[in-house]
Amino acid sequence: MKFTLSWLKEHLDTDEPLEKLADKLTMIGLEVEQIDDKAKALAPFSIARVISAEQHPNADRLRVCMVDTGDGGAPVQVVCGAPNARAGLISVFSPPGTFIPGKNITLGVGTIRGVESRGMLCSAAELQISEDHDGIMELPADAPVGAPYAQWAGLGDPMIEINLTPNRQDCTGVHGIARDLSAADMGKFKDPGIKPIKGEFPCPVQLTVEDSTLCPGFALRLVRGVKNGPSPEWLQKRLTSIGLRPINALVDITNFMTYDRARPLHVFDAKKVRGNLTVRRARDGESLLALDGRTYTLDPAICVIADEHGVESLAGIMGGEASGCDENTTDVLIESALWNDINIAQTGRKLGVNSDARYRFERGVDPAFMVPGLELATKMVMELCGGTPSENVVVGNPFGEDRVIDFPLHEVKRLAAIEVPLVEMKRILSHLGFMVAGSGPVVKIAVPSWRTDIGGKADIVEEIVRIVGVDKVPMTPFERGDAPRKPVLTTIQLRTRRAKRALAARGMVEAVTWSFIAKPAAELFGGGQAELALANPIASDLSDMRPSLLPGLIAAAQANANRGSSDVALFEVGQVFKGDKPEDQLVAASGVRHGFASAKGMGRHWSGSAEADALDAKADAFAVLAAAGAPMQALQIVPGGASWLHPGRSGTIQIGPQNVLGYFGELHPRTLEALGADGPLIAFEVILDRIPDAKQKPTRAKPVLELSAFQPVSRDFAFIVDRAVKAGDLVRAAQGVDKKLITGVTVFDVYEGKGIDEAKKSVAIAVTIQPREKTLTDQEIDAVATKIVAEVTKKTGGTLRG
Amino acid sequence: MSDLTTLEQTILTDIATAADEAALEAVRVAALGKKGSISALLATLGKMSPDERKTQGAAINVAKDKVTQALTARRDILKSAALDARLASETIDVTLPLRDPVAEQGRIHPLSQVMDELTSIFADMGFAIAEGPDIETDDYNFTKLNFPEGHPAREMHDTFFFNPKQDNSRMLLRTHTSPVQVRTMLNQQPPIRVVCPGRTYRIDSDATHTPQFHQVEGLVIDKGSHLGHLKWILHEFCKAFFEVDHINMRFRPSFFPFTEPSLEVDIQCRRDKGEIRFGEGEDWLEILGCGMVHPNVLRACGIDPDVYQGFAWGMGIDRIAMLKYGMSDLRQLFDSDVRWLNHYGFKPLDIPTLAGGLST
Repeated sequence: MKFTLSWLKEHLDTDEPLEKLADKLTMIGLEVEQIDDKAKALAPFSIARVISAEQHPNADRLRVCMVDTGDGGAPVQVVCGAPNARAGLISVFSPPGTFIPGKNITLGVGTIRGVESRGMLCSAAELQISEDHDGIMELPADAPVGAPYAQWAGLGDPMIEINLTPNRQDCTGVHGIARDLSAADMGKFKDPGIKPIKGEFPCPVQLTVEDSTLCPGFALRLVRGVKNGPSPEWLQKRLTSIGLRPINALVDITNFMTYDRARPLHVFDAKKVRGNLTVRRARDGESLLALDGRTYTLDPAICVIADEHGVESLAGIMGGEASGCDENTTDVLIESALWNDINIAQTGRKLGVNSDARYRFERGVDPAFMVPGLELATKMVMELCGGTPSENVVVGNPFGEDRVIDFPLHEVKRLAAIEVPLVEMKRILSHLGFMVAGSGPVVKIAVPSWRTDIGGKADIVEEIVRIVGVDKVPMTPFERGDAPRKPVLTTIQLRTRRAKRALAARGMVEAVTWSFIAKPAAELFGGGQAELALANPIASDLSDMRPSLLPGLIAAAQANANRGSSDVALFEVGQVFKGDKPEDQLVAASGVRHGFASAKGMGRHWSGSAEADALDAKADAFAVLAAAGAPMQALQIVPGGASWLHPGRSGTIQIGPQNVLGYFGELHPRTLEALGADGPLIAFEVILDRIPDAKQKPTRAKPVLELSAFQPVSRDFAFIVDRAVKAGDLVRAAQGVDKKLITGVTVFDVYEGKGIDEAKKSVAIAVTIQPREKTLTDQEIDAVATKIVAEVTKKTGGTLRG
Repeated sequence: MSDLTTLEQTILTDIATAADEAALEAVRVAALGKKGSISALLATLGKMSPDERKTQGAAINVAKDKVTQALTARRDILKSAALDARLASETIDVTLPLRDPVAEQGRIHPLSQVMDELTSIFADMGFAIAEGPDIETDDYNFTKLNFPEGHPAREMHDTFFFNPKQDNSRMLLRTHTSPVQVRTMLNQQPPIRVVCPGRTYRIDSDATHTPQFHQVEGLVIDKGSHLGHLKWILHEFCKAFFEVDHINMRFRPSFFPFTEPSLEVDIQCRRDKGEIRFGEGEDWLEILGCGMVHPNVLRACGIDPDVYQGFAWGMGIDRIAMLKYGMSDLRQLFDSDVRWLNHYGFKPLDIPTLAGGLST
């Protein structure tokens, strides 16, 4: 919402300076977005006369001008490139040191091709007062040389723009803004009554409203014998000062009323309207060429004003070209109506049309001002264009509903913690147009018709608080009281945090990728369901909710490789979507590694370099699981499992086949190809929600530590087994021999190659035997060793390596 | 006697000239070994007369002691020299560059770090952390929050929708984290003190908007919490989060459908070469919106607005993270560029705590 200071003063008697008014506007909820004070910005620009303009000695296109700046001193030499610089021209001059807004530079004394230039003759574009940059400004011969340009040009009226919140329809007019300022002690509100204008004949056009829910009220009047043409200068200036284009007096009056009084109007050229007017739903197949030059295709959801010929206006949004007023208009029909706000919003959105009328009607126009608005418009029409008014035709309720709120005075203290005496409340509310009856503890407050946003007690509190000032609300310490000092994070929140730190501690870098990915990528990872596809995606590659973090991470790894960082280890912990219900949203932890981004160390190094492999991904997944509190002893590793992974170099982490916690391995070459990524790339995914909850313990004490008095014994075994034999099976076989005595089995060597059958491998294990009750004799230890060999042989078909 | 003296001199000379421990051992064996020269002399004692034995024995033992001492001394010298020689040959290049520890190379995203910071501050004030789904119903995202059907306020949120279901309802991506407040109020009796951090979505993409972003909202519902408490909490939060001793805040009336009265909050700051300093300067920077929870919202969530009252606030996590840590472009937060992440990210052991400092 834009207006100027002088416009505001038409409605507010005030001597307050602009800055104070602006601050107050912001502090009462009408946030000032910008102030365009041309007089201030253009203060150094003055009117000057070009005494002479000679050809520049060294440049064809430049002229050396001597300029009379009107300060009584010697003429100033200026080098000018404008083709219209000539002797006798009155233009605008800026001395060195001036900030030129249109060029965003501060002028200095310059030497241009060897000739000194002490200032500049300016174009309108350089002053940012129009787009015109064809040459320097040409002012009339009687413009006073030496006078400040902005003042002379009438640019001394600062423009104020308010970032209006959608609830304040009443402040889409300057009148309403002035009312708010007067309540805030910024001056006296000027609100002279509006006298009805007596009609001199019945309105010849009849009006039918077919659906009063779409059109709760309609007031219409004819003014006959008007003379339309350019509106007077004051009106044109009002409109141009806020960026509107003057058209003709009748149209300018409607635009003025829109911004002055928040009352959108429409004027029909009565001679172009055939028969009577009907407010109705549009019919399928109807269309309208509107005043913006576009043709709109209509349907029955849209409310229109039609004559016997057809649709003449998009109700409450924009008039039609065919019945618009021009300089030949002699009889004008003025419409002041009320429209259904929701219908206006829907129509506006559907047709993609933004207009000043729509903006106001969809926020709820003051119903009681429908008829006074028509009277005021009639008065302006008669003053500017002459003519004879008809009687009004009014359909519907021209007063609006009475709204009275029972307001307990204590409510202000209860919600806002400020004590406001009743007399102050009454003063504020009455300035704002409310009427207060009673003296408490509960008063009756009648809401003014223009405050469509006020519905209850809390709204009244807001009115009082914003005028008294939010700064008057005392900051009050918020005690936590006896709230227990217990952890506030939920299990999944804790798992998420720990997973992130655990992965970062393994050298991985956390990425945050988009929640939506391309459909084909989603499908590769089991997603792409209809209920997870956006109806209005921002781009085709951001169309489906991600079923996995990996497509985003793979794309990120590739983007980094393209930028020259190919040894990357990225992870993300975040939401993935299996369906559109709350329980279908899970928290996943995933990571990818590429090139020499191994968990043992990043990049190539003299101490040894390894490319990241599938078992790095396994280690990453296990690090997440351990950090997140998974029961590590219960985890089972099953080869293969995920379609997006290399079938031979991947595994599934599960606790029984019903609870799959995640996958790890090398990404399938076909997955990479489909995603346009270079491999090999290793990856893991763990679903944090699937980790079983730990048992709650009543105390924080750890289990009693049992230290054995007897030294543990370690025995090494090397087995020759088929290559397909899983090391995990071998370890489990050894462990199973004596669960009490055998406390650890580690694989310390795996060897394939020279000296071993091609189809075989050697797996060496170290078994720790922990005696419990007494030191074991050599025979007893040998007995355990023999059992281990026998069991491993039985389970894996392996033989002890000779 | 002169024989013994000569022998002793010869052996002592051999000891002194032995070049290494092996040569010294040969000298020892030759003198004191079973068949050594001094051992041979001692063997002659048995054939001597007692008197002779007495004088000769003493003389031979003196010589033996001298030789033994000389051997020990020489052995120590040779051993030390041998060790020095070995060590002189054992050198490494101590200038070989180390590999950075992996824990120094990993990075936590600034958004995760800032969420941890927020959690520390609000947990200390007695708030629990609530979360909810990204895919929401229209009812929870709008209707229960007092956005009337068709109201222009809905248009302030450019909403991502899913396709309509058979019953014509359609899910959407939450445009704010306020539906979590709704879920909390529907599931929990007052008193309520929660903060709700999470990812939110709007159809917007330019230098200062991304289609996904993050918000943290707070909600307090009880029988006495008012605007004064709200102001205090936000003031304390801003001081703690931006880690400054004082901060100037400006509360302006504004409009949100779900609060009444509604306020927007600016903080005073000075921009200086890409850094922002708070508590000084000429600029007011809008950082959050807040207000008393609208009675219609309380009613929609089954809470009597004449008995209970409370307030809520919301702010952009991305935005306050950028302000605090001097990140200039919102889009880079979601670009996964390791150069950016290495620079703006945090090390895994930089865990924010109030006791140890959020960012130090």
